[in-house]
Amino acid sequence: MKIKQLSVFLENKPGRLSEPCGVLAKAGVNILTLSLADTQQFGIMRLIVRDWEKAMKVLTDAGCVVKVTEVVAIEVEDRPGGLAEILEVIETASINIEYMYAFTFRRGDKAVLVFRFDDPDSAVKELQAKGVNVIDGVELYSHSS
Amino acid sequence: MSEFVIENRVHDPAELTPRPQLAKLQLDRLRQTVARVAEVPFYKEAFRKAKMTADSIRSLDDLRRLPFTTKADLRDHYPLGFLAVPRGQVARFHGSSGTTGKPTFCPYTRGDLNTWADLCARFLVSGGLRPEHTVHIAFGYGLFTGGFGLHGGVERVGATVVPAAAGNTQRQVMLLQDLAADVLVCTPSYALQIAEVARSMGLAPHDLALKFAHLGAEPWTEDMRTQIEAEMGLLAFNNYGLSEVIGPGVSGECAVRNGMHIQEDHFIVECVDGETLEPVPPGESGELVFTTLTKQAMPVIRYRTRDIAALDPAPCPCGRTSVRMGRVVGRTDDMLIIRGVNVFPSQIEEALLKVEGTAPHYLIEVDRPAAMDEVTVHVEVRPQDFCDKLSQMQALHDRIDREILAITGLRVSVNLVEPQTLERSMGKAKRVVDHRKEKGIL
Repeated sequence: MKIKQLSVFLENKPGRLSEPCGVLAKAGVNILTLSLADTQQFGIMRLIVRDWEKAMKVLTDAGCVVKVTEVVAIEVEDRPGGLAEILEVIETASINIEYMYAFTFRRGDKAVLVFRFDDPDSAVKELQAKGVNVIDGVELYSHSS
Repeated sequence: MSEFVIENRVHDPAELTPRPQLAKLQLDRLRQTVARVAEVPFYKEAFRKAKMTADSIRSLDDLRRLPFTTKADLRDHYPLGFLAVPRGQVARFHGSSGTTGKPTFCPYTRGDLNTWADLCARFLVSGGLRPEHTVHIAFGYGLFTGGFGLHGGVERVGATVVPAAAGNTQRQVMLLQDLAADVLVCTPSYALQIAEVARSMGLAPHDLALKFAHLGAEPWTEDMRTQIEAEMGLLAFNNYGLSEVIGPGVSGECAVRNGMHIQEDHFIVECVDGETLEPVPPGESGELVFTTLTKQAMPVIRYRTRDIAALDPAPCPCGRTSVRMGRVVGRTDDMLIIRGVNVFPSQIEEALLKVEGTAPHYLIEVDRPAAMDEVTVHVEVRPQDFCDKLSQMQALHDRIDREILAITGLRVSVNLVEPQTLERSMGKAKRVVDHRKEKGIL
């Protein structure tokens, strides 16, 4: 029930963002969603793609520094309050969120959010126990073309 | 240009000793020095191998049979392997940057401190200092020999000291204004920094009371001298020294300002080829090598400075009989001087090793975009260094920053870069890019 996310180190230099994106485009890898975390000195680009192993290989071959991290995709109601309700469930269960971001597409009338938890396995257990819809990779990728 | 004229004043008549007498004095003192270090392990062993004793020194030519001493030798005998007197006789320790995290300790007896003050007084006086002057010292006071060395020299002359030390340039400008110092002591680049900050405070540097400046601890060019004198309305003098030999006071300019007089009654100077270690023809550039003649706590014999300069033995109109050295034009090793601080690339490597366990590829980029030197250390991020947590990457960046500061005493900018982006080369990796050279500042 965890999704593989790729993290790419970005130097603080013009053009550093387009290089990995260009590499993936050339290899025919479609980015499902991404998030950028940056400081004044450097950045980390987080990507979710269909074939993460292929993506990791082409990025590494191109000289990028890449790490794989496990994140959790959660489906929420795509209406005001959808996110707030999920967050309440998470906070009540005392699960720590390191960061989160949203997918670029919807599943029907639901939105999909990506969460990075310190302990993804126990977070998934707790969330499912509370009735939260945690989506696995197969379901997720079957949506996008 | 300053309108001040320098009188030709001599602090010590010994500076005018005719050369034949000077040579005899050097020979006597050389023998004494060899005797002084006879029990220092490094020299004891070297003398034994070369079958040399104080008695076997019959002429100054015999100097060439004595061993060279290098920075590495001092490091190998860290901390105090070169101490030639009982510990109780050491009145003070100073220190100099080492090639690694450990400094080189430079001990002084009371006698050494007295000699040192006199040597600094010599160039201060030949550079215009009078007892009625006030001297603003903007050198660090600490293990660094610049601050305390010049301080001792100024007090020996009987002038007034303002021990401003380093940093907080706005405060320095305020002190220069309010105490109306006549003389400035600092690095040449800091003199320009003071001028710049003064202007930003709405002051014309010319309006300060400064008449002279004694600048050193880093190499500088004639162009820089012209610039400093024009901006600040003073006369700027060069002086040279190194902690291992005594600190500042090894040589300094006279009123003629055509080379720095080396205090040959206290040091024998040689100028050698950096590879062959043979003397270069007179007037040619080579590596300066010094043998101390009067130091007690830590005499050094044929110490390789790694500084490249030329010697000029021609008589000087000032009347001093000592040989003059030109400006230092380079080094025979990879040491950098940044904001007056000696830095070895190996120290940066040591800092990275401490933080990361192994040293990734790095590049030290030095520039002087305005008045002051700036350093950026580019460090490649390898897969094992990278993690998804921003705070951890930030912490890595900060740890490298702190470790470099701890080892070198220098604040740098750390720039984490992608792997394979720093130049690789066959054989010795290119560790330093120094834009100051391209700009002709050095």
